[in-house]
Amino acid sequence: MQNTNEAIRITGATESVKSKPNRHAVTALKTKGKQAVQGMILPAMILGIWQTVGAMNLVSSTILPTPVAIGQAFIDLIVSGELFSHLQVSIFRAVLGFLLGAGLGLILGTLVGFFNRAEQTVDPTLQMLRTIPHLAVMPLFILWFGFGELSKVLLIAKGAFFPVYLNTFLGIRGVDAKLFEVARILEFNRVKLVTKLILPAAMPNILLGIRLSLGIAWLGLVVAELMGSSEGVGYMIMDARQFTQTDIVFVGIIIFALVGKLTDSLVRYFESKLLKWRESYKGEGTL
Amino acid sequence: MTQSAELRIDSLHKSFTNPQGRIHVLDNINAKIKPGEFITVIGPSGCGKSTLLKIIAGLDTDYEGAAILGGKKIERPGINQGFIFQEHRLFPWLTVEKNIAADLSLKDPEIRNRVDELIRVVRLEGFEKAYPRELSGGMSQRVAIARALLRRPAILLLDEPFGALDAFTRNHLQDVLLDIWRRNKTTMILVTHDIDESIYLANRVFIMSPRPGRISKIIPVHLPYPRARAGTCFQEIRQRVMSEFEKIEEAQFIGGSGI
Repeated sequence: MQNTNEAIRITGATESVKSKPNRHAVTALKTKGKQAVQGMILPAMILGIWQTVGAMNLVSSTILPTPVAIGQAFIDLIVSGELFSHLQVSIFRAVLGFLLGAGLGLILGTLVGFFNRAEQTVDPTLQMLRTIPHLAVMPLFILWFGFGELSKVLLIAKGAFFPVYLNTFLGIRGVDAKLFEVARILEFNRVKLVTKLILPAAMPNILLGIRLSLGIAWLGLVVAELMGSSEGVGYMIMDARQFTQTDIVFVGIIIFALVGKLTDSLVRYFESKLLKWRESYKGEGTL
Repeated sequence: MTQSAELRIDSLHKSFTNPQGRIHVLDNINAKIKPGEFITVIGPSGCGKSTLLKIIAGLDTDYEGAAILGGKKIERPGINQGFIFQEHRLFPWLTVEKNIAADLSLKDPEIRNRVDELIRVVRLEGFEKAYPRELSGGMSQRVAIARALLRRPAILLLDEPFGALDAFTRNHLQDVLLDIWRRNKTTMILVTHDIDESIYLANRVFIMSPRPGRISKIIPVHLPYPRARAGTCFQEIRQRVMSEFEKIEEAQFIGGSGI
């Protein structure tokens, strides 16, 4: 009886979708457009005021170049190919450092999450290292690993390690004890226990760790490149600052922001794919 | 197919000490349950009925005496003693069919066939690919039952499985359960606090009394299935269960340990 009720409800729903497909698509597009416009209002206003202030020469262009000037610098850098080569170097460093750090974080976080012995031996030391800032260890890293790529990649890895490590550990420890009981009754072996219960349950935390870790990888990159390098977006910023080419400094900052946002969107995409089983609060409709 | 096996409970005691003194949770429980029998256990809260079920499941091993299934002492939980909790306890990240298969692979044609068959048995066709959050409480509980049945348990233990459902869904699921029982001849032990449910389902109703938890009466129900809840015979048995309950209550008040 209940079954039929639900079946009727579901077929009813599909029919209504079928009968008015265009209208639904159009409304969906309209809401999307509306949301986009809503998000554009504030930045557009800021840019407008900024441009007017600059054009009226109220602020010196070495301190605050106008959006148009920054845009021009942006285009120039793209045309000359300079921007692309710097970006390539930076992305290579960030990706390598991130993979190293996040990979280790995932492995160690899993071990520490599973074994109490590992937690007792490893975790206190790691917690101590966690709070040491990048800038404090950078001189040591340069001393040990030289000015080359290694010290930069390792600094990025150091930053990327901790969010993944901590969140993987938390995720594993947060698995519902009631589901563990079910796994015992169903006689899961060790492998199935990990693949069918622990990893999926810890996945929201692991993905959160990866997101935070990506953000920190970019921070580490900037520190590493500002401290000393001959290429990369961070170097581009440093170089421009020395010649007071403030517009290029802005271009560098914008690039960092854009790539940061892009990587974050990528992780969020995977999040929505991997966590589609989850029902979560989507926020209130109106303010 | 695993044969339904006989369950024997021999002079089972369980107690623990807390600041108020020693508490007897279960006191000298003895029972013999035939293969394919449907037993319901009913009693006021605190009578140890859920504890008894956990012991039979192998989830609780801290007791004296023995619980023997098919000649072997029950020492740990396993697929032989299927267990249905009050909450469905499905894996939220798996679809209905994958929840039923759980650690077994749906790529195995035999598993695939059995899962499809069980989905029909618990009447969930069309929901194979749905996630637990998309299901109602009753549907989720049916998935949990299918998950236990796929492992062909010798005995199926149900701990107030329909307690959280509305009356309509509960009646429906009782019929689904009876249907499964008659098909598979799996031994069933169902703990409940619903008198009608206990009589509607059981071959024998075990009535338990609290402090110390013991089986105070066993009432056989010799009515043919499906049973009419409003029928005279049904109501007669209901009266007997009720009067037994009143006796328990009186004893509790005289004992001075009222609720």
